[in-house]
Amino acid sequence: MKQIKTIAKPTLKTTKGKGCGECQTSCQSACKTSCTVANQECENTKRR
Amino acid sequence: MIHCYKFKGNNIVLDINSGAVHVVSDLVYRILSPHSDKADMGDGRPCASGVGPETAGGRPGASDAGPETAGGRSGASGADPETAGGRPGASGALTAPLPLPQGLSGRYPAHEIDEALSEIAGLIDAGMLFSDDSQVSHDMLEGRGAVIKALCLHAAHDCNMSCAYCFADEGAFTGEKSLLPAETGRMAIDFLLEQSGDRRNLEIDFFGGEPLMNFEVIKALVAYGREREKLFGKNIRFTITTNGLLLGPEKEAFINEHMDNVILSIDGRPEINDAMRKTRGGSGTYSLIIDNLLRFGQNRGGRFYARGTFTRHNLDFSRDVKHLAELGFRNVSIEPVVAPGAMDFAIGDGDLPRIFDEYDKLAELYIEYARRGEQFAFFHFNMDLSGGPCVIKRVCGCGAGTEYVAISPEGDIYPCHQFVGEEGYRLGNLHELAAQGGFSNPLYGFFNHAHIYSKGECAACWAKFYCSGGCHANALHMNGDILKPYGVGCALERKRVECAIGIQAELAG
Repeated sequence: MKQIKTIAKPTLKTTKGKGCGECQTSCQSACKTSCTVANQECENTKRR
Repeated sequence: MIHCYKFKGNNIVLDINSGAVHVVSDLVYRILSPHSDKADMGDGRPCASGVGPETAGGRPGASDAGPETAGGRSGASGADPETAGGRPGASGALTAPLPLPQGLSGRYPAHEIDEALSEIAGLIDAGMLFSDDSQVSHDMLEGRGAVIKALCLHAAHDCNMSCAYCFADEGAFTGEKSLLPAETGRMAIDFLLEQSGDRRNLEIDFFGGEPLMNFEVIKALVAYGREREKLFGKNIRFTITTNGLLLGPEKEAFINEHMDNVILSIDGRPEINDAMRKTRGGSGTYSLIIDNLLRFGQNRGGRFYARGTFTRHNLDFSRDVKHLAELGFRNVSIEPVVAPGAMDFAIGDGDLPRIFDEYDKLAELYIEYARRGEQFAFFHFNMDLSGGPCVIKRVCGCGAGTEYVAISPEGDIYPCHQFVGEEGYRLGNLHELAAQGGFSNPLYGFFNHAHIYSKGECAACWAKFYCSGGCHANALHMNGDILKPYGVGCALERKRVECAIGIQAELAG
């Protein structure tokens, strides 16, 4: 495409379901006072 | 729902429900930006920043079906009415034709407009623009089951510092100073293992106060955890949050061997750190900790963060991040202080424009390091757009009160570290569970229901799948309502997400 460059695919559409829950709890990582979830890593080895 | 904004000259369009991110031409931006979400950024700026009066019909919601109406899915225009796409409905999906801003044909050649409309229509058909949120169901949101996988284990309700902004009452959390007894710690580990269901990866963060004031117990508990995890078929990841005062060869070697992640507390420049982070006697602590932290960092084999707090007194906190980066700390997190408005260092709405500017400066710094090929990560700017968390993680948030709890030295169980000491949020006590026939979380439903689809402001917010609804404790402490997010925190989060994605757009260009 010439006018639109897609830099991220629709990842939220490919992760339906309840999730495996194996990833890190977001507040444990570095913040402890605010909340960002999108910067956490997915640890579902089947998905990767 | 789409969110349109400009970042360093890039026109960025986020398709909220799918997670797709697009960098678009000026023409496409003019077509799409009137349909961006309607919320402002918290400082009065419209979300679709850069849409000015010179853009015909450019203000969100201002354009309507006029002489030019947005092209058909085939992208055809010419003499035919330009019809395509549709307007976003309540779910974010299209329900009606997407109107074109007026005056486009006088600014752009017809073939370019056709091309833009064709590309837009293609992305709509591919579910990458104006997509719906049908991937999220009620059962996903509230039927996950009561499984606890992470503990904030308060090794010490005492501290060897006296920081002005400490939410933990200088370690005591409004109670008596105390150290976690080894037996209570062992009970906490068993509690986690027993409550963790089929989760394999579990987390225990040694927190305080200053946890290294209880180092011998931490050593004993790590050994106990390593032994017990085998019996349960689990993998416990230990982490620790420390102010660094007590670091030394023995502790550092132990931490390096056993801790999956380490959070080192420091606010940045010496005068900034010392204004808030003081000894019990009131002196600054920078000179007391910096050699420890640098030595630890140089010898650390695994992950660690330099983590600080900024307040109203250092709204130029990008300089503190830069200071830490130049010292060699490659993973940095500087968090806004959360404090009642009456405190002189509390951040208020009026500080937002200045803070936004600082995040822009941090983004510049991030890009500079990336282009030099040097490692540098600012916690909130790390974002894996090609993967990242699954959608359920993004809608249910931090897990406080459901899959994440804090345990005090007395064995009291709370939804997270920020609730410790608040009787109304005490979920139980480890020493009483046996007599009660086990653990049953009395507030599970309260916290489990606090997902983004229960919060009106979140459901309408473009950043919901990036922040997951914000901090429960902040909502309750600042607004008295777990379903009403802390507004200043929301504004900052939206700005950080814009920067995080903007950085990737810039680096991809």
